[in-house]
Amino acid sequence: MANSKELKVSAIENGTVIDHIPSENLFKVITILGLDKISTQITFGANLDSKKQGRKAIIKVSEVFFQDHEINKISLVAPHARLNVIKNFEVVEKSDVTIPDTIVGIVKCFNPKCVTNNEAVTTHFSVINKKEVALRCHYCEKITTQEELRFEAS
Amino acid sequence: MPQMKNRSLVSINDFSKEEILHILDLAEEFEANPNQKLLEGKVVGSLFFEPSTRTRLSFETAINRLGGRVVGFSDSASSSATKGESLKDTIQMVSRYADLIVMRHPLEGSARYASEQSLVPVINAGDGANQHPTQTMLDLYSIRKTQGKLDDLNIFLVGDLKYGRTVHSLLMALSDFNPTFHFVSPEELRMPREYKLFLEEHGIPYYEHGELSEIIDEADIIYMTRVQKERFSDPMEYERVKNAYVLKRNMLKGTKDNMRVLHPLPRVNEIHTDVDASPKAYYFDQARNGVFARMALIAAVMGLK
Repeated sequence: MANSKELKVSAIENGTVIDHIPSENLFKVITILGLDKISTQITFGANLDSKKQGRKAIIKVSEVFFQDHEINKISLVAPHARLNVIKNFEVVEKSDVTIPDTIVGIVKCFNPKCVTNNEAVTTHFSVINKKEVALRCHYCEKITTQEELRFEAS
Repeated sequence: MPQMKNRSLVSINDFSKEEILHILDLAEEFEANPNQKLLEGKVVGSLFFEPSTRTRLSFETAINRLGGRVVGFSDSASSSATKGESLKDTIQMVSRYADLIVMRHPLEGSARYASEQSLVPVINAGDGANQHPTQTMLDLYSIRKTQGKLDDLNIFLVGDLKYGRTVHSLLMALSDFNPTFHFVSPEELRMPREYKLFLEEHGIPYYEHGELSEIIDEADIIYMTRVQKERFSDPMEYERVKNAYVLKRNMLKGTKDNMRVLHPLPRVNEIHTDVDASPKAYYFDQARNGVFARMALIAAVMGLK
């Protein structure tokens, strides 16, 4: 039997479980993945006990399977997230998110004078440090750090 | 020979060392023979969304000496940006009129964005506090001309090192030439961390100083900058620091014979006018070099040389 913590959010037959999301970023993950706009069943829980993180959030999405490039979009808000692919109530694949080399959209440039904050331009960054996130803006060339991360409203 | 035809020139970081040296060689050719009608029959769109006397006139002189024609505006008040037209639309339109775009714009990153929207090459004539690659090219040209080389020089950057884009670009461009940097600035206007980090990563020595004093005796180049009023959100802050770093003739006494004083201009009072008559004052010749450097860059992207 699955452990009792897992069952606080009901099991799914087929789909994806995204585990180890920082509780405070649960809704950001939902927005970034566009889960607020899909029609299949989603259950989620926040402020669950976690040995690793203290408090974590978990999302279970039925009938949705993510490509790596899609799921890596959440790496900035949930760097330790783990994906479990479920088929027939069984975990058939586990993977961790990784921070990609470039990030398009999602994040805002911290520089108020950057063209991306003043014209309708999609942001575009090179990731220059994956440990302590540092993103160089393709346009203004300024570096946005972990503390300065802000996300675009979708 | 590096292939630069049809390429936009947005950031000095886009140039390889070989490309920089190629442009400097071309500039030297144009200095020796400044009137060459290579641009005859071509139209250059000169889009200055913020005013700039020197850069604009220098570009227009370069285009005229090459025999090209200029259309454009010298301030956003006389452009359709005042009607709310987006930068994208302006560029889409002008790039269907002209063979080349020269643009200055107050937003940082606007030149990269314009180059992505344009059908013709874009030369960045300054995008806010970000990049001003043609200024950097003329600075490099001036350094090489006065020192006979770009390698192994002691470069002193003085004044507004926080907001001064010219010093940032110059720093990046010289990084391939084994320099030693000295930064002289008030506490509030120190070199930003990303540039110091860059130097550390590349093993380039730099020293920070709070005062302009006898340390300049070691300099090959003293690059002075204006503490710009428009970069300050607090005018009191500007008043407090504006007179802190003024170079005077008597300070040049112990400096090396080959040392030259550079300044991107306009100068306000950071170089006393008594320095102007010194053979070590080079800033007006530096401005003149801007015409040759810009001729070289235009010729390179238009595939004329």
